[in-house]
Amino acid sequence: MKPLSLALAAGLFASVSGAALAAGNACTAGKTLTDGKLTVATGNPAYYPWVADDKPESGKGFESAVAYAIAAEMGFAPGDVQWVRTSFDEAIQPGAKNFDFNMQQFSITPEREEMVDFSLPYYTSAMAVLTTNAAVSNGVEPTVDSLKGVIWGADANTTAVPMLMEIVGPDRDPMLYGDNADVTAAIQAGQIDAALFDLPTALYLAAVLVEDGTVLGQFPADRSDNPDQFGLLMEEGSALKPCVDAAITALTDSGKLAEIEAQWLQEATGVPVID
Amino acid sequence: MSLPPQGAAPTRRAIYESRLRRRSNLIAAGSTAVIVAAIILLVPLAPGWEAVKKSFFNGSVFARTFPGLLEAFLLDIAIFAWCAPLIAVLGLAIALCRDVRNPVLFPLRAFGALYTDIFRGLPVILVIYLVGFGIPGLGLPRPWNSPYIWGSLALIVVYAAYVAEVIRSGIDSIHQSQRAAAQSLGLSEADTMRYVILPQALRNVVPANMNLFIALQKDVALLSFIGPVEIFRQAGVYKSLMANFTPYVGAALIFLAVTIPATRYADYLMARQRGQR
Repeated sequence: MKPLSLALAAGLFASVSGAALAAGNACTAGKTLTDGKLTVATGNPAYYPWVADDKPESGKGFESAVAYAIAAEMGFAPGDVQWVRTSFDEAIQPGAKNFDFNMQQFSITPEREEMVDFSLPYYTSAMAVLTTNAAVSNGVEPTVDSLKGVIWGADANTTAVPMLMEIVGPDRDPMLYGDNADVTAAIQAGQIDAALFDLPTALYLAAVLVEDGTVLGQFPADRSDNPDQFGLLMEEGSALKPCVDAAITALTDSGKLAEIEAQWLQEATGVPVID
Repeated sequence: MSLPPQGAAPTRRAIYESRLRRRSNLIAAGSTAVIVAAIILLVPLAPGWEAVKKSFFNGSVFARTFPGLLEAFLLDIAIFAWCAPLIAVLGLAIALCRDVRNPVLFPLRAFGALYTDIFRGLPVILVIYLVGFGIPGLGLPRPWNSPYIWGSLALIVVYAAYVAEVIRSGIDSIHQSQRAAAQSLGLSEADTMRYVILPQALRNVVPANMNLFIALQKDVALLSFIGPVEIFRQAGVYKSLMANFTPYVGAALIFLAVTIPATRYADYLMARQRGQR
């Protein structure tokens, strides 16, 4: 009788202490900004297909869905996830952060790694060429040779700039802009022929923002020496990093990450490859 | 400074004044030293100093990015060089429009007033966006839709409005009696303006215009918003790739290396002008 009651008591105790923690697993305890809550940052605005309708709390859109899956893996209920908005510059500025992790297609690079922490990658993106049907009928072809000769644009805050130099090596210096909206404005004004984006963003811009827009083709991720891998950005030396990495590993192993990717980014598979 | 005559012993007054001068020099040096020491000693004690130093004053990032920034700054200088003369010409034309006294030409006068009202009232960046993306969006063929052309035009129309107001203030500062005198000598209205009013007016406003051109030198960086990769944009690219703000500090130093001497020169011109009056 005695061992049994001891075991019962131990079981009871365990369940009580489990309830007292309320949210988060053993790993995350005391490591988040607010105990029992997970604060996630996204862009302002956040674009489809990363976040649907600029509403990350809906769980719709690739990054929003991944954030909730990671949260669940770390023991946070959907109700315990809070969202904040930051720009890229706010994400990398020194000093205390207002988020536990920041998720807005941040590419992992060794230089950035010196200043902030990145999780394991949750997505590896191909790069794609956004252009207009008018440019295509003017003779822009999906070959590197043809692409060298056009006037390029890119978002200056992304790793598209070095990618462009590495993969295409355009003849003329590219034009650089502060955000997606300005790049599309320049395409619309005929000031640039093509722009380099990660593939899902290019598909969205071509379908929604650029009038007469089209995605000419993609450079697969393995084309580059430093493929564009997205990671969650955390404060340098973040205590939460091991927990997040464990959650991403678990999601990758269980196939859940691939499932979310298939749900939100499946169009990305149908784009022709540029030689 | 009135020095005592050669060979004569300094007067008691001179001794007193030099003692006073020495004393205030000492106090000024002392208080400056205290402030500088406080900054040097206290700022690094702030808990976040290491992080700030790493992300704003990072030696290795600075060394890697500075040459690229200098190269990008050449574009700033080029944009400034082709904008400045056009601004001077357009500004003068607008100022003359505003000074037209012939009733038939009143529309010119109204245009001048409207022009300065509009372009002084708009933020520069707004004009750059509207002109730089808007006009080429109308469907102009290359190379006429270049952001260099339309971005420069935006800078020119905005700064011409400021320059026009400065020149007009110079024209207004020339007393009415000079016009009367010129006319009594038989000069036409145009000749009065050209040979009597403008030479004096323009000389009076040189320092004020210098200040505007120093401001223009900085605002050239706004053209980066519509595509040209000048120093500000280049610094932004480095910032993004390295997640480090040090390139901005490098860009700031390059700007200061140009604007501080220019500002001192404007100060010197102003002081000299005061001396002449």
